Amino acid sequence: MAADIRPKRPFRWHIGIFLAPAVLVYTAIMILPLAGTLQLSLFRNIEQHQVFVGLQNFRMLFGDPNWSVGFWNALRNNTWFFIIHMVVQNPIGVMLAALLSSPRLRFAAFYRTAIFVPTILSFVIVGFAWKLILSPLWGVAPHLMDLVGLKSLFTPWLGKEQYALTALSLISVWQFVGIPMMLIYAALLSIPEEVIEAAECDGITGLSQFWKIKLPLILPSIGIISILTFVGNFNAFDLIYTAQGALAGPNYSTDILGTFLYRAFFGFQLQTGDPNMGAAIATMMFLIILGGVCVYLFLVQTRLRRYQF
Amino acid sequence: MTTKLLTALLLGTSILGSAGVAYAADVTLNIESWRGDDLAIWKDKLIPAFEAKNPGIKVVFAPSAPTEYDAALGAKLAAGSAGDLITCRPFDKSLELFKKGNLADLSALPGMENFSPVAKSAWQTDDGKSSFCVPMASVIHGFIYNKDAFDKLGIKVPETRDEFFAALDKIKADGTYIPMAMGTKDLWEAATMGYQNIGPNYWKGEDGRAALIKGDQKLTDKDWVAPYEELAKWKPYLGDGFEAQTYPDSQNLFTLGRAAIYPAGSWEIGLFNTQAQFKMGAFPPPVEKAGDTCYISDHTDIGMGLNAASKNADAAKTFLSWVASPDFATIYANALPGFFSLNSAPVKMEDPLAQEFVSWRGKCKSTIRSTYQILSRGTPNLENETWVESANVINGTDTPEAAAKKLQTGLDSWYKPAK
Repeated sequence: MAADIRPKRPFRWHIGIFLAPAVLVYTAIMILPLAGTLQLSLFRNIEQHQVFVGLQNFRMLFGDPNWSVGFWNALRNNTWFFIIHMVVQNPIGVMLAALLSSPRLRFAAFYRTAIFVPTILSFVIVGFAWKLILSPLWGVAPHLMDLVGLKSLFTPWLGKEQYALTALSLISVWQFVGIPMMLIYAALLSIPEEVIEAAECDGITGLSQFWKIKLPLILPSIGIISILTFVGNFNAFDLIYTAQGALAGPNYSTDILGTFLYRAFFGFQLQTGDPNMGAAIATMMFLIILGGVCVYLFLVQTRLRRYQF
Repeated sequence: MTTKLLTALLLGTSILGSAGVAYAADVTLNIESWRGDDLAIWKDKLIPAFEAKNPGIKVVFAPSAPTEYDAALGAKLAAGSAGDLITCRPFDKSLELFKKGNLADLSALPGMENFSPVAKSAWQTDDGKSSFCVPMASVIHGFIYNKDAFDKLGIKVPETRDEFFAALDKIKADGTYIPMAMGTKDLWEAATMGYQNIGPNYWKGEDGRAALIKGDQKLTDKDWVAPYEELAKWKPYLGDGFEAQTYPDSQNLFTLGRAAIYPAGSWEIGLFNTQAQFKMGAFPPPVEKAGDTCYISDHTDIGMGLNAASKNADAAKTFLSWVASPDFATIYANALPGFFSLNSAPVKMEDPLAQEFVSWRGKCKSTIRSTYQILSRGTPNLENETWVESANVINGTDTPEAAAKKLQTGLDSWYKPAK
């Protein structure tokens, strides 16, 4: 009976006590609402009573063309929205950061601030300002394009099915390019001088220094930015809502999961809200984001090489 | 026996109670509303006029923000703290309150006989047997035009569709003005000022609307596709880049004098009067041949009902009867030009543009927007789909037939007309 003789380790209360505030707050404002949403999606309002219906709401979301067409359209648009951000926003962010971290650049602090400012603006301001800029009636865009002789290229982008979503994605890129720039900038600054000097001794300078030395060192940061972009884009709603309204016109061409959820959950004009279907859509958004994050964590993150200095 | 006794007792207390109130203290009625804009009109004009005639009843107008109204009202009704009088949204939102027992049945209220069946339709049960709100105001659709522009180009006010399009052609050929100020960016302009504006002439107002609800007509029928065909013809007369033109853009375009014709709702009158520097006129949606019966959209927009849980029901009914009277109608319609009383008694209005709009009631038949009653209860929502499809038709991304077919398919998926 050796186990009995060994002195029992005292229960470490302090761990629980120190964790408690964060756990309580997080549970109250994140976990409970999330569980509430999941629960709501399994019920349906039948004659003023919430009745458990299992996966009926999801069957309707995917089986009934009135819902599924809208859902797939929103998912497709959302994916395009994400692709534009990945292809345009993040490379530009990396490029700006690389330029900013160059020691020979003058006024770096000014550029850094100027590029970051749109990020802290409200969506409402950004949506409204760009709507005005691109307005065919009073916007500066047609006038400026006229000055350089490109008037013929101007079309009312926000009103055309084929351009509206791309235009809005680029507006969002304009607003948020400061975030990848700042993160990469910080990562670039944290590369030790010795590494750079060693590279220079080996004759690696200029552009090839960026590709061969700096880029591999900031890859983990780029990974984080990608996942932030992914989560942010699939949760996006505000810009589309302020610029195009809840119906995400023209012809639902700018409808993303966020606006689709909004219309289902809260209703719009004569359409009454259906919280249960809204919760089903919210659950799908949660699963999509969870899936994306898992893919990143288990397939990408584990393979990224990290360098310790 | 016991029930009789109870009834007698209750009657006794209610009479005693009200008598006591009448002698002892003033009754105060609270009005719930989303029309914060009208606060001054209620405080300075409507309430004093009522209180002067009905000493002993005090009225307080307590509006909340339009976007919060429905939710706030629902919460207050559930908690029992809502005001005695409830401003009613048209159709399903108020019907839902009535079904829940929050609104009292007002079918027998003195004064209700002052309203036509169309006026009452927004606040009735589907079978039309019970009414639960007193209709207050409606908005009328038509076209507002720039009189100076018409005079300059020598255009006379069009009555038929051919004249209408001839006028548009002439304005376009001249080039000074954009023929028509409308955009499709906000979608609802195309549906509300477009489809619902010109449509009643094609589907014969109430006849077509009732037939659609009954299932005798379909949105794919000729009468319902034809307005889309006309809308598709509007495209060349709209301003450059109309696809990205918003509702405020259209308003500004017209009031700045850059456009000649504005497909309108009468609620614009107040704003246009203060902003436009030129003379304005209005004409109803043109008909096919001169002399045809014309139909206008005279859409019921706002009403007032009685909180079923009100402790001052008698006083509140006195007030509602007054709201149903021509006195109220005259004050209200003049204070808010463009919001027309639904009262059958003719109301004298000062504003010439408002007079013009309301004069159409005499020569045309009134109807309400086709998608509002019953047909927008399901998914997909017919009203929202009409917005999207009307914009598509004008943008040219859908043919009129394709748009109508989409709408009917959507409607068929959930709406089964009662046979």
